[in-house]
Amino acid sequence: MSTLSFHDVRVRYGSHTVLDDVSLEVADGQTVGLVGESGCGKSTLARAAVGLAPLTGGQILLDGRPVPNRGRRPVQMVFQDPYSSLDPRMTVGESLAEAMPERLGRTARQAEITRLLALVHLDAARAADLPVRLSGGQRQRVALARALAARPQVILADEITSALDVSVQGAVLNLIRDMRRDLGLSMLFISHNLAVVRYVADHVAVLHNGQIVEFGPTAQVLGAPRHDYTRHLLAAIPGAVPLKEQT
Amino acid sequence: MRAARVLLRPVGFAGFGLLTLVLLAAAFGPVLWGGRAAAVDTGNLLAGPSAEHWIGTDNLGRDLFARVLVAARLSIVLAVAATAISLVLGILLGAAPMLLGRRLGRLVTSAVNVLVAFPGLLLVLFFAVVFGVGARGAALAVGVAGAPAFARLCHTLMAAVSERDYIAVARIAGVSRIRVLLRHVLPNVAEPLIVNATMAAGGVLLTFAGLSFLGLGVQSPSYDWGKLMQDGLNGIYVHPLAALAPGIAVVLAGLAFNLTGEAFAAVFGLGDLPGGARSLEEPREPVAATPAVPGTVLSVEGLRVTIPGPAGPIRAVRGVTFALSDGEAVGVVGESGSGKSLTALAVAGLIEPPVRVEADHLLVAGEDLMAAGAHRRLGTSLAIVFQDPMTSFNPAHRVGPQLAEVSRFHQRMGRKAALARAVDRLRAVRIREPERRARQYPFEFSGGMRQRAMIGMGLMGDPRLIIADEPTTALDVTVQRQVLELLAEVRRDTGAALLLISHDVSVVTDVCDRVLVMYAGRVVEELPAKDLRTLARHPYTRALVAAVPDMDTDLSRPLAVIPGLPADPVHVPAGCAFAPRCPLADDHCRAVAPALVAGVACHKSTEVPV
Amino acid sequence: MKIPTSGRWPRFALRRAARLLVSLWVLVTAAFLMIHLVPGDPVRAALGPTAPADLVLARKQELGLLEPLWRQYVTFLRHLLNGELGVSISSRLPVGETIAQRLPATAQLAVAAFLLAVAVAVPVGVVMAMLTRRGRGRRTELAFTGTNVVVGAIPDFLLGVGLVYLLAVQTHLFPVAGRDGLDSYVLPVLALAIGPAAVLSRIVRVEMLAVLETDYVRTARAKRLTSLRVHLVHALPNAVTASLTLGGLLLSSLVAGTVLVENVFAWPGLGSSIVSSIVAKDYPMVQGTVLVYGAGVLLVNTLVDVVLALLDPRSAIGES
Repeated sequence: MSTLSFHDVRVRYGSHTVLDDVSLEVADGQTVGLVGESGCGKSTLARAAVGLAPLTGGQILLDGRPVPNRGRRPVQMVFQDPYSSLDPRMTVGESLAEAMPERLGRTARQAEITRLLALVHLDAARAADLPVRLSGGQRQRVALARALAARPQVILADEITSALDVSVQGAVLNLIRDMRRDLGLSMLFISHNLAVVRYVADHVAVLHNGQIVEFGPTAQVLGAPRHDYTRHLLAAIPGAVPLKEQT
Repeated sequence: MRAARVLLRPVGFAGFGLLTLVLLAAAFGPVLWGGRAAAVDTGNLLAGPSAEHWIGTDNLGRDLFARVLVAARLSIVLAVAATAISLVLGILLGAAPMLLGRRLGRLVTSAVNVLVAFPGLLLVLFFAVVFGVGARGAALAVGVAGAPAFARLCHTLMAAVSERDYIAVARIAGVSRIRVLLRHVLPNVAEPLIVNATMAAGGVLLTFAGLSFLGLGVQSPSYDWGKLMQDGLNGIYVHPLAALAPGIAVVLAGLAFNLTGEAFAAVFGLGDLPGGARSLEEPREPVAATPAVPGTVLSVEGLRVTIPGPAGPIRAVRGVTFALSDGEAVGVVGESGSGKSLTALAVAGLIEPPVRVEADHLLVAGEDLMAAGAHRRLGTSLAIVFQDPMTSFNPAHRVGPQLAEVSRFHQRMGRKAALARAVDRLRAVRIREPERRARQYPFEFSGGMRQRAMIGMGLMGDPRLIIADEPTTALDVTVQRQVLELLAEVRRDTGAALLLISHDVSVVTDVCDRVLVMYAGRVVEELPAKDLRTLARHPYTRALVAAVPDMDTDLSRPLAVIPGLPADPVHVPAGCAFAPRCPLADDHCRAVAPALVAGVACHKSTEVPV
Repeated sequence: MKIPTSGRWPRFALRRAARLLVSLWVLVTAAFLMIHLVPGDPVRAALGPTAPADLVLARKQELGLLEPLWRQYVTFLRHLLNGELGVSISSRLPVGETIAQRLPATAQLAVAAFLLAVAVAVPVGVVMAMLTRRGRGRRTELAFTGTNVVVGAIPDFLLGVGLVYLLAVQTHLFPVAGRDGLDSYVLPVLALAIGPAAVLSRIVRVEMLAVLETDYVRTARAKRLTSLRVHLVHALPNAVTASLTLGGLLLSSLVAGTVLVENVFAWPGLGSSIVSSIVAKDYPMVQGTVLVYGAGVLLVNTLVDVVLALLDPRSAIGES
């Protein structure tokens, strides 16, 4: 695995600045949580890293070299909506095979599919199923397996649990932690849910209006926040502070 | 095979039957009747229908029935050829943004947009000038003229597919543009394209008939249906069938394509709204009005909600009983499919047939909802806040009048007075510059502001009960907090009770006094909100609480996981619905559904260590 | 998400006007290029193979076809700005004069048919939506969609022929053809309006059904308004707005539909003249008529967009 670093990344659409000189590093084997409210630019940062959003300025480097934005990316991304991220007309096995870096023979391919499905705790028989037959949680595991199939150096996870039911979310979060422990994955984990980020990330970056306002080890940022906005976010979590009636 | 189901529908059967006949006529017409159609009978010029000539003869005494049948081939071949030209050009133009890159693609798209504004017939006439009069020229003209419409359709369909994440995933995985188009995009737009091409072929057939009728299409001595009509129209006084018979042939053939397309659309799920749901309406048994218990604002007994479905009725809510006292705040939590939102909608009296609501007893804000005329009085005594603030306001009306409508309608206020109250209520829900905001349209409000305005709408009357269905799910945490605080404040000021539906355990514990936990259409546990995290007795409640990480979750241990999948509402198991996922379940659990006794519906609740 | 409200209308007007101008330019250029796109020698084709060579040359000179293309284009544009559309090859009359003479008859037909179609389609569509909503009235629905598909599949000129046969030849209720007095309008207008009315009523029904399922109609019901008020005040405006987008396309196709219907009824409008000029290869005449038809269509589309923006202010912002 490798280090993904954002240097003064700027993304603009027309006159609207989405990301304003964002610098961030996802170090080797680390999971960095990226938190912020909708529209703050979280997803754009991830999309920029895989060439889906054009950079207006700055650089995104993988081990010191620019991330290629053509061909197979060494950085893979998992999306929020499990119902949109699998082609409804391709079986699970076909989806996984498409993402593999080299063309394998039939048996080697089958073995690789089985290995990938096992990584995300799915039965090998699922390879023949179309996505319709899978639940949301199962789809999200397939999406993770597909990202792994490309043998990426870094994985970007964009709100991967927010479309899932709470009883399923836990299983996917456990899987993310297992994968980091067993595979040593570097990961940028994007979420609006601070409790979820706290559970999976070593470091946390807080994004507000296109700028990173705070970055540091998870326990420090969420336990002793230094920036007002981070404090504001923490106070807004249900159950954190008793509700006060506005006056 | 889904396509085979087309034949099972009357429309599909009729369409396919007709289409087969038309295609058979096109294939064998000239072979079988070609001689008859060309035979000149000078003794029988312009004759009427007879045993020998079913629909008479033309001015050379040729049999018209045979000519109509023979004309099928040319008519169909030309129509199909022109449709094919349109389709191919349309796909190429429509896929331009994917193939040529953004800039060139945008140019092509805007050119198509300009062309599509011109009606097909005008384009056909234009190209008819360019390609010349005659069958080949007409086929080219109709084909090229139809391309912009197909290009627009392809572009729209492809743009919709391109936004799906699996396209982004394929691109990240290094799949080439052409391959993405062939493997991911085209297969996913094929169905609507086929449907539209089939219907378009019907339209093209008619256009061709029109062109030949005008004398711009097929020229003598060849003939298609339009040419036959043109020849027949001159003699319409003496021999009307000569003009009408080819016309009927055109309409039947057009219908054949249209109906087949419609049937495919219905099977592919592109057609009208679901029509398969049959009404389950049954005469409702009159229930004796139960006198309201003083101090109770909501009382529900044995609430059942049933949705008719293709695989049998879905019993989404299966006997729910609960009550709210004046000023009390009660939360309902559960996962999607637990029936919590339907419970709220049923209580609010907002469920429409064919979904059926039954209850032994349903008393809302002092009104017996099972009695007639009660609904209208709820207009001022019941406030409702829905989940999606972006779609809950009418986009065509300004915000102020939408609020004012409540007072004008229920409290008979004048326009001015009602609007003044609306502005006052907007101020009450802390919307800045309420006078200006009241004159704006909903799309000019942010999500949080709309949700406030929604609460303000509920405050136009004098609510005794507020039902809030996932009011903050679509909002950011900081906005969520403001809305929750506003709800709390409104409760304090008005003394209204609150029924809060949410999937988020923390939200409910923050706001509510009491919590109902729902699973598979039933209340499985009812307990004070403060005890939810610590004193829950139902295994599902405990698992639900443990599965959600909060800011105090132990990081050294994996999160608790509920094995299996939520219960399928079509096949709810016989006994306890949670039994298949429950670590404590035994045969008794799987056979007998537990009743809600002393706040918990579980045979094993005594075994759960608290 | 803040949307600046000031300057919304000017920007909409600017964008819409720009689109109209671009479309007009495309139309004008296409009309100009039409004669050059014809394979072979268009003048020779128009005058026939027996015409003497110097006549062909003279006619080419007259049409300006011997000049370089760009010079022709400039001349064409200059003439167009002065309202000159050239002289018809066959009748030797100025094209503009002929069009001015024939345009009113066509416009009357199209407008009358459109008004009739809308007046019938909107109420029928709304009532059908109310009767057949959520699986109610299955038989009504089947009857409605059935008739609708069948009626929609009959092309207007065929309807014209049928109407002539039934109401003119058989019963002598209305004149067979020509434009002479009010009753001569009945059959052509009917022939033009029935098809679009069927299509539009189907669209209105589908839109109405979709609107009735929206959250804001649920909000309206939560206000406990009468069912009539929910349907007319809350659902109808949105359904009509949505239908209008397609209704505009229908209106412009109706403008073109006059071509066929005029030929059935020997109506002295543009439609009958464009066909005879195409057959006679009278290019200046075809060019002028195509320009007038096209400009009419573009104006209708612009009008529809403006009405749409007034009814639903979001559409004035969107399209981005």
